[in-house]
Amino acid sequence: MTTAPAIELRGISKAFGPVQANKDISILVERGTIHGIIGENGAGKSTLMSILYGFYKADAGEIFIGGQKTEIPDSQAAIAAGIGMVFQHFKLVENFTVLENVVLGAEDGRLLRPSLATARAELKALASDYGLNVDPDAVIADIGVGQQQRVEILKALYRQADILILDEPTGVLTPAEADQLFRILGRLKAEGKTIVLITHKLREIMEITDTVSVMRRGEMTATVRTAETSPTELAELMVGRKVLLRVDKTPAQPGAPILEIENLSVTDSAGVQRLRGVSLNVRAGEILGLAGVAGNGQSELLEVLGGMRTATGRITMNGQPIDLGGRHSDGQSRRARGIGHVPEDRQREGLIMPYSAWENSVFGYHHDPRWQNGPLMDNAGIEAAAQDQMDRFDVRPPNPRLAARNFSGGNQQKIVVAREIDRNPDLLLIGQPTRGVDIGAIEFIHKQIIALRDQGKAILLVSVELDEILSLADRVAVMFDGQIMGEGPAGSATQVGLGCLMAGLGGDDTRDMSGWTISDAAIIEEGTPDVSRIEAQLAEKHADASKEV
Amino acid sequence: MDFATALQILDSTVRLSTPLLLACLAGLFSERAGIFDIGLEGKMLMAAFFSAAVAFVTGSVWLGMLAGIASSMALSALHGLASITFRGNQLISGVAINFLAAGLTVLIAQDWFSQGGRTPSLIGQARFEPLTLPLADTLQTVPILGPLYHELISGHTLPVYFAFLCVPATWWILYRTRFGLRLRAVGENPAAVDTAGISVIGLRYAAVAICGLLCGIAGAYLATALQAGFIKDMTAGRGYIALAALIFAKWRPWYALMSCLLFGFLQAVALRYQNIDLGPVTLPVQFMDALPYILTVVILAGFVGRAIPPRAGGEPYVKER
Amino acid sequence: MDRMPPWADALLVPLISLVLAAILSALVIIGIGEDPVAAVTLMVKGALGSTYGWGYTLYYATNFIFTGLAVAVAFHARMFNIGGEGQAMLGGLGVALVCLYLPLPHWTLALVAATLGAAIFGAAWACVPAVLQARRGSHIVITTIMFNFIAAALLNYMLVNLLRPKGAMDPATAKFPAATNLPTLHDMLTPIGLNFSKAAPANVTLVIALLACLAVWLLIWRTRLGYEIRAFGHSETAARYAGISPTRITVVAMLISGGLAGLMALNTTMGEAERLVLNSVEGAGFIGIAVALMGRSHPLGVLMAAVLFGFLYQGGAELALWTNIPRELIVVIQALVILFTGALDNMVRMPLERLFLSRRRKEG
Repeated sequence: MTTAPAIELRGISKAFGPVQANKDISILVERGTIHGIIGENGAGKSTLMSILYGFYKADAGEIFIGGQKTEIPDSQAAIAAGIGMVFQHFKLVENFTVLENVVLGAEDGRLLRPSLATARAELKALASDYGLNVDPDAVIADIGVGQQQRVEILKALYRQADILILDEPTGVLTPAEADQLFRILGRLKAEGKTIVLITHKLREIMEITDTVSVMRRGEMTATVRTAETSPTELAELMVGRKVLLRVDKTPAQPGAPILEIENLSVTDSAGVQRLRGVSLNVRAGEILGLAGVAGNGQSELLEVLGGMRTATGRITMNGQPIDLGGRHSDGQSRRARGIGHVPEDRQREGLIMPYSAWENSVFGYHHDPRWQNGPLMDNAGIEAAAQDQMDRFDVRPPNPRLAARNFSGGNQQKIVVAREIDRNPDLLLIGQPTRGVDIGAIEFIHKQIIALRDQGKAILLVSVELDEILSLADRVAVMFDGQIMGEGPAGSATQVGLGCLMAGLGGDDTRDMSGWTISDAAIIEEGTPDVSRIEAQLAEKHADASKEV
Repeated sequence: MDFATALQILDSTVRLSTPLLLACLAGLFSERAGIFDIGLEGKMLMAAFFSAAVAFVTGSVWLGMLAGIASSMALSALHGLASITFRGNQLISGVAINFLAAGLTVLIAQDWFSQGGRTPSLIGQARFEPLTLPLADTLQTVPILGPLYHELISGHTLPVYFAFLCVPATWWILYRTRFGLRLRAVGENPAAVDTAGISVIGLRYAAVAICGLLCGIAGAYLATALQAGFIKDMTAGRGYIALAALIFAKWRPWYALMSCLLFGFLQAVALRYQNIDLGPVTLPVQFMDALPYILTVVILAGFVGRAIPPRAGGEPYVKER
Repeated sequence: MDRMPPWADALLVPLISLVLAAILSALVIIGIGEDPVAAVTLMVKGALGSTYGWGYTLYYATNFIFTGLAVAVAFHARMFNIGGEGQAMLGGLGVALVCLYLPLPHWTLALVAATLGAAIFGAAWACVPAVLQARRGSHIVITTIMFNFIAAALLNYMLVNLLRPKGAMDPATAKFPAATNLPTLHDMLTPIGLNFSKAAPANVTLVIALLACLAVWLLIWRTRLGYEIRAFGHSETAARYAGISPTRITVVAMLISGGLAGLMALNTTMGEAERLVLNSVEGAGFIGIAVALMGRSHPLGVLMAAVLFGFLYQGGAELALWTNIPRELIVVIQALVILFTGALDNMVRMPLERLFLSRRRKEG
């Protein structure tokens, strides 16, 4: 066995047009270890790993694999060098079986049948070696996200990967599923595989890595032994200065309920039930934080409230019912009722990227008589108002004629937040307010949200970042599989308790949280949660739902 | 309708289905790989002209066929350049190719032959001759089956048999070979193919090349077998009918055979009868002409089984982080 | 930052594409043994050298303005309407029915009524593909292609079986009443002392086409509906977020598009032939694609591209008359323009972007 490091990168640089994504990066990963790469969104982590996997070609720098200088012009070369990669967005063919996906690109010969037979046998062996159980004949579209991720890992192992790169692997997993994944990674490490874990979650780094590199704005700021560092130190390295993990705010003074949701259900176009009888209320002068793993119905709830989706059930706003499926169930009508909406995905929903900032400043409110000039739109008036808005909300550069796509993520978000807050809504829906936003803008946006609360407005905050929920919300509700698992004051919520609820579990850890109501739907289970059983249950529900179509 | 007439209509169905089938399978390869192709018409037309022109000049139908295939594949390469290499709009590229073929064929035909945009008539070795299958003449006297074999199965030109053999061949390639697996994958999720270390560009060019090859044969068949020479705009919308058949078949080879036979049959009937008297209503010939298109719209509307195209179809592949 | 300045994207890219198309066309002309310089000279003389030539150039341009605007409006809603041909055919039917069956005492009234007829019939023909796209997700490109063929069959049936006068051989309607005949440019310009060719078919429809350009410009860039159409064209999810109904925009944009294509029939059917003939559209619906692409879906661009194609069309006819170059040369040029401006635009754009980027790097 050689002692050469599994991976060594020297002086890697990469630019996309005018953006320098990676600047002179060097890194060294020992064989048989788990190495973390941590950094904010847009710090250049994914770009670096894509270079290692031959997806992009570096402008400068050298790559050594197992001590050998290696050129990786394409993925083929990466695979040949023993590198496997699990992307954040899975690269699976949805209407193929697990087996076909594993075989694709690693076939034995020109004919398919023998390749599939070999792969079937190999999958069986891998399943028993690493606990990676997946039905080889299941079609990808029919299995859960956790299972799909296993298929991605199996693909890499089937190609004899010695080095496994995982890009933000837990973003779509429940904490329990993530634990399961980490156990698998532990076994892989024990077998001598080298693992690179890319994440922006400090907890994961502390939990499972041996060494960690921190990236900031395309540069590598430090590489340290995990055992010798602390989350605070890593956070500082990530953002380059001391971070306020807590937001300054006074206790909430909640008033009357503004929004009341009763028994809300949603079935999507594929026939899958996304919301199952959700009941919630948000009061004036409070922030309700909705926590949960991505994809458990939070997005659908926001879309229903924002008028983008139809639903059954009952919603009242200031005591008056809201149309959930008829002529008035669209974004225009919701805005007319005093609901502002900062959507989860500003680039696909909240903004028209080629539109100028002034055009975007009335997006959704373009029917307002204030912006009309006879049959035409009052473009000059809108532009003047947008200029004023940009000055007040510190949007940089403050040029209303610039297209939205030319602003940074944080400033794009400020444009959206400014537009929605400036309309003085009674209720503000706000989804993932700080996703892909730099720290400075995060603080600004958080302050705006709290200021709005202090004016006596109701705020529904959806975020997959538990830290954000815990620092902003006055009250927290947790969603799992389209249901509310529990609800209670933010002050008494614990990370562990919320983690259990996010996995649909209601054990002792959740009962310790005072003032909390735990739903009957949460499965009471002592000890370690059994992930495979929950998965099986979900798959069953999923299959039932599909059959109903 | 007597037996002889029915046999004649069916016989003409087979002959008229052949170019549709070849073009439809051509489109199948391309679209299954994620490259939409509304330029089938243009490729066929180009091939029809060059096969007829070269067959006339050399006197060899085989050299004509080669020239036809080459010209069709050249247009395929252009489509590939626009839609794969330069990630342009595949639909617009297809439209351009159709016009390019419509214009160039007449332009060159006029320059070479000065007969108002047509080639001289082909005779002898410059055309495909009908083949008589073994025992066809001997068995002709057997009632029903004899004439059926003699008229319907036997007595067609070589490309006809080739076209029908292409159906099982396409099925086999698509579902039983490594190439087929990759081809289907690249039309559904090119990123999966790319990360598996296979060239998306290479696969798509291969698919587009096969498409050109089959369109070339279809065009050559039109000008050197079905008819004797090239005339202006001789494809007459067959490329679009093939496209309709492909949607009708939901991008599957055996269904493609069925839909092409159906549309071929409609053409055969429209060719034979001006109006069809069904007692209370008379179907005008124009209705028969429009029927393939109407049926396709109905299928597209999803009232009779939904046609779901390959997921990555029409979208150029751009690597994403 | 944008990779290159907006002016380069709006002007330089189409201009270079056009030059490439022109060079290739010249090669084609050389390939068939003709002299491209002589050909261009002949085209310029034939199309622009006399009021007769201008009359034809503008007549064709009128057609292309309508079909180009039709494609452009649909493009703004990110739809590719290849159905201009069929919609224009149906527009012709609308014009014919109005002119033949409504007692209209004066051409002004007839023009108003026929405009409505053409627009409504054209819009109706776009309506089915639009609703199928909006409600059932049927790809509008395929359905509009199918509807072109169905329109051809329908028009054929109407002319052969229903509208053809007794005893007539060719599939066409009777002559329209004289009261519906539109004034030509000759009729319009003579009173103000300008001598315009009497034989050329350009007529008052040109004014309607120019008004349509202005109307489309106002619609797209100055009204709420235009704001919504463009927003929907850029992002359907964002449109839904803002409360813009995708169904409504899809249908409305296609109705406008179909209506504009239908208006083309005013020019050919009412202005020129004064009766409805089978092939009155003559591919103008497809040329609209080239015109919209070249004009970058902007009415001013469409206007300029339409005049260019009008020139090519008339010049091409002259070429066919005096040389061995058939009219199909125009089809080739049209194909090349579509190819370079619509499908191969990245071939031009990518090197340009690199050029601007390196220039900016040097400055910065």
